[in-house]
Amino acid sequence: MITLLSTWTFGLSLGFVALGVFVSYRLFSFPDITTDGSFTLGAVVAVVLITAGVDPILATLGGMAAGAVAGCATGLLHARLGIEPLLAGILMTTALASVNLVVLGRSNVPLAGATTLGTRAEACLAPAFRTLGCDDAVAGEAARLAGVIALAAVASAALYLFFRTNLGTAMRAGGDTRTMAQALGRDTGTLTVAGLAIANSLTALSGAVVAQVQGFADVQMGIGMVVWGMASVFLGAALVGPVRLGGALVATLAGSITFRLLVASALRAGLDPDWLKAATAVVVLAALVAPQLVARRRPAAPTAR
Amino acid sequence: MLELHDATVTFAAPGGPLVRAVDAVSLTLPAGSFVVVIGTNGSGKSTLLGSIAGTVRLDGGRIRLAGHDITRWPEHRRARLVGRVFQDPRAGTASSLTVLENIAVASQRGLRAGLGWATTAALREEAAARLGRIAPGLETRLDQPIGSLSGGQRQIVTLVMATWRRPELLLLDEHTAALDPAAADRVVQATAGLIRADRLTALMVTHSLTQAASLGDRLLLVHRGRIVLDVQGPAKRRLSADDLAARFDALRRGDQLDDEAARTLAELYA
Repeated sequence: MITLLSTWTFGLSLGFVALGVFVSYRLFSFPDITTDGSFTLGAVVAVVLITAGVDPILATLGGMAAGAVAGCATGLLHARLGIEPLLAGILMTTALASVNLVVLGRSNVPLAGATTLGTRAEACLAPAFRTLGCDDAVAGEAARLAGVIALAAVASAALYLFFRTNLGTAMRAGGDTRTMAQALGRDTGTLTVAGLAIANSLTALSGAVVAQVQGFADVQMGIGMVVWGMASVFLGAALVGPVRLGGALVATLAGSITFRLLVASALRAGLDPDWLKAATAVVVLAALVAPQLVARRRPAAPTAR
Repeated sequence: MLELHDATVTFAAPGGPLVRAVDAVSLTLPAGSFVVVIGTNGSGKSTLLGSIAGTVRLDGGRIRLAGHDITRWPEHRRARLVGRVFQDPRAGTASSLTVLENIAVASQRGLRAGLGWATTAALREEAAARLGRIAPGLETRLDQPIGSLSGGQRQIVTLVMATWRRPELLLLDEHTAALDPAAADRVVQATAGLIRADRLTALMVTHSLTQAASLGDRLLLVHRGRIVLDVQGPAKRRLSADDLAARFDALRRGDQLDDEAARTLAELYA
């Protein structure tokens, strides 16, 4: 029971990475490697602020702001200096590896005894679960899960509302068809910078939440996050098929949880944890290749005129 | 009013000589004129349009539009004044967005994109009215992804988008060239109707000599980066597609003679 709950909590915490990758990759077709660095950045900034006595909500927002700055930097490298998306992300993530180490001070910092989003969720919600008859351990885990669900609901609702505003719609249009947005007066370079800022603030939020749920920050914790995010986005899209914005956001979160459950089952079935990242990469590869294989077996559709 | 003064665009062909795609073109379009541009392949007509839209930088000369010197304005800034329809229906619309969302983006052309709700009820009502007027039936498809429309329908929506807020200049870059004849015809009718109804200033590049003869109140024939024919008024009205075809043949023959002369010279001096 506790393992299942914590699997959900972890899967949903990583769901913010998936939302970030949804924004950068799905909306802007930008394969953003910065994700690996900004995940860790969000975690280390939040942990450093929390250990300095800052309120965990403010600390989490601080982590998000740092992620947004990293996203802006990658966006500017691409939009203003003309550097390829992949290379811009690689440069940023490489630089962030140093930044993260300097911010954290050493490679691993625990949050023992500090007030975190996790302990706060427990303090607020665990009594309610206890009155429902859960024992202490289950109530604590359930409270953390409820907190993450609430946060995920707020984040996806905010994203949905934002991308239905004039600015958000223009950003989606610019990510979809550059010529159209430019012809209608939108500077697609600026829109991409803003999109990457949003994407990386979500990724940093994920890092901050994961650090607070697991109780420590580690400078290595972001490795492979961009692939994780893509796996979740693809898996979510495969689960629900073609849907509108709102459906796609929910599907992305569902993809993240499903993927985490798959990973947990694989580990329980005896997968060597060393192979976890490789397995993730294989899942992403399968998700990328499968639609092509399906399309090849179908007769070509007549082109629309 | 659009004014070009000695507009020049030079391309360097890889390993080859410099080519003047637009060669010191000066041109004045009074407000309200509907000008059709034709030319042979590679004549520079698309480059001319691109230099006005801001996708191609001028190497020399100036461009003024509606009282602004827009020579140094980037493409997205010129879009405040200019509405555009492309040859490829996919270039002028965002496929994954609905028809109404595409129109919502167009309704903000030239304005700061704020945090107001994009697809308001008022916008929906106006979009239905405008689409219904120009292409009955389209107004029922506002909530479908624009990618599900046919090419002709997409071009009509793009036209409505480009003119949603009255542009100082409407640029049409062979916007019916990718369509089948029936769809092209419908889009041409819609284009002429919109330009007439809103008294727009329009510059339309076309491959179709029939369209060139029947549309607009002025015709420009571009060849090797220069305007070699500029007809308006009664003379434009008298032009037939056959006249234009004859002009084209004359230009092609001239080119062949030029090429032969060049070859002879090259052989003499080799």
